[in-house]
Amino acid sequence: MITAIIAVGILGAVLGVVIGFVAKAFAVEVDERIEQVEELLPGANCGGCGYAGCADFAKGVVAQRATPDQCPVCSSEDVVAIADYLGISAEEKEKMVALVRCSGDIPNTVRSLYNGVRDCRSAVLVAGGAKGCDYGCLGFGSCAEACPFGAIEMRDGLAIVHKELCVGCENCVAACPKDLILMVPAAATTHVYCNSPEKGAAKRAVCKTACIACRKCVKASGEEDHMEIDGFLIRSNYENPPAAELVEAAACPTTALRVDTEHAKGAYQGASK
Amino acid sequence: MSDKPRKFKGGVHPNDSKALSAHKAIEAAPLLESYKVIMHQNIGAPPELVVKKGDAVKKGSLLAKAGGFVSVPLHSPTSGVVKAIDKVPGPTGISVPCIEITADGEDEWESPFEPIADWKNTDPAELKQRVWDAGVVGMGGAGFPAHVKLSPPEGKTIDTLILNGAECEPYLTADHRLMLERADDVALGCAIIARILGLETGVIGVENNKPDAIAALRDAAVKHGVTVQALPVNYPQGAEKQLIYAITGREVPVGKLPMDVGCVVQNVASATAIVDAVVKGVPSIERVTTVTGKPLVDPGNWLFRIGTPISTALELAGGITEQPAKLLLGGPMMGIAQSSLNVTVMKNTSGVLLIAQDEVSQYTSEPCIRCGRCVECCPMSILPATISQAVENKRFDWAEKLNVMACIECGSCSYSCPSHRPLNQHFKRAKVEIQAGLRKKG
Repeated sequence: MITAIIAVGILGAVLGVVIGFVAKAFAVEVDERIEQVEELLPGANCGGCGYAGCADFAKGVVAQRATPDQCPVCSSEDVVAIADYLGISAEEKEKMVALVRCSGDIPNTVRSLYNGVRDCRSAVLVAGGAKGCDYGCLGFGSCAEACPFGAIEMRDGLAIVHKELCVGCENCVAACPKDLILMVPAAATTHVYCNSPEKGAAKRAVCKTACIACRKCVKASGEEDHMEIDGFLIRSNYENPPAAELVEAAACPTTALRVDTEHAKGAYQGASK
Repeated sequence: MSDKPRKFKGGVHPNDSKALSAHKAIEAAPLLESYKVIMHQNIGAPPELVVKKGDAVKKGSLLAKAGGFVSVPLHSPTSGVVKAIDKVPGPTGISVPCIEITADGEDEWESPFEPIADWKNTDPAELKQRVWDAGVVGMGGAGFPAHVKLSPPEGKTIDTLILNGAECEPYLTADHRLMLERADDVALGCAIIARILGLETGVIGVENNKPDAIAALRDAAVKHGVTVQALPVNYPQGAEKQLIYAITGREVPVGKLPMDVGCVVQNVASATAIVDAVVKGVPSIERVTTVTGKPLVDPGNWLFRIGTPISTALELAGGITEQPAKLLLGGPMMGIAQSSLNVTVMKNTSGVLLIAQDEVSQYTSEPCIRCGRCVECCPMSILPATISQAVENKRFDWAEKLNVMACIECGSCSYSCPSHRPLNQHFKRAKVEIQAGLRKKG
């Protein structure tokens, strides 16, 4: 018993010395700034910056191939912290969030039974999905799946962005086969939740919450130029976004004009067909 | 050419249900008040519009001219006025531009070109130009411009012409009736195409579940110096690569065209359209379509003008006796489910099919049990089970390595899968993703 303890003890001591020597002699030089920058990054590995992950981005920032503000997730304080640490200047950036420009949930717009792969990019290949509108949300949640931050909720077959969780990494933009998702300034609160360029009557035939381009919101915003007219569709002008009060003032007959936080709560029902 | 055609590997034997409409002679559909002609009816570039709202057109007038080499012109199905350039639901479910023509009831004819009676002594280049001018596309379903297949590039020699009369898709009988009733024109079309290609003869391949059509064609073939080859019944016998293998024993490599093995394949309906274009001077404005399915009162085969809504087709077939579960354009294996009755007949609409409630189940897809049935039946010898798992994991790079691009989307794997896996849809997706170059790194 004693012999075994002594033998293992000696073995341990010898190996400890060997490991200690190897660790010193063959140490790999790591730029500690990379580790520090990585500490300051969110660690979500979302890829929104274009690099393979946060560690890769940190390398890029330290090597000055990238600037800290390229991280879409970092708040401006985080960016400043990284820039201060590296002794470089940080640029102010506006926080952007995703906007799903559709309000057509399943009770509102469904036209057929779909029994295939539950994925938007697959569904669009089979009769263009189960909903009546060619331009709207397909409802299978490819964007929600692509979101590393859990900011998109699928509710009644409609993708709803929870703005407070969205960091603006744009992963959802590429996932949507309908090009429905637009990056908008987080400061903008009021949006038109419709993306169909069809004529009003055609849109209304398939969806009761479509924008019919009645221009009530344009008139309500007066001379302020908060809304843009694009054919049979009105959009918020994100250079000069409308305030939340416009929704009440405009009294949108189809409730396509919505305040984002209220939309996320499910506050709008839409007019009758 | 041996009498015994080769049997390609794999394939399935679905219930063909052709008896519903095979005995019904082709009837010309009555003239409608309006036609909505879908603008882009061919694979390749869309044609360029040459008419505008309010223009008067005659039957056969040019509506749109070819928008490039891989593109065909479009002609008016009747005389009347261009009411609007509008949108209709397309066969893929997405709305597509269409030309709406309000018929004046006169059905006045204007030939865009003269008939070529003496085609045997006409320059093949002129005949080929005529095929293009008439807007003939592959009428079996793909809609590939016919003149492109007749234009082999420098350095490729064509030695075999095959007319595809296999019609292996269940339910469809349009080509069957066409070969029976216009056997002489099918054989003549084969001879004309052979002349364009500089060949002496051609082969018409027909599945031997259509003995009457084979008999009729054999008589006509002797007259026009072409041959008829009976083929074993095996879905997808009518797929281009399987047909070439059955008749010549040549295999078309992955990513290559029939031209690369010296073959040209044209559908029998395209051959009759070519006869109409050359001998009669009539552009491609109508086609035979099977309207069938158990829920229909009177299934049959009709000669529809392009732009006829499928609601009209269903009315001609006597309407429905029970609520159908599914509406398909094409057959049950490769046809596309529709969600609107406003879709209109195109040059490649081979069938309108209704499936009854008790003929179709709504399955839930289960995990793969590795039984290998899909591998056995795949006529392209790829591994559907393995590829589908790659696609489910969004590994389109793996799918590409496993040759998903060779998939002909025949649906045999989905048909035979006991776990009801949507294999075919996975492969369609993978092909789209790979073509778009959207490979995800993993």
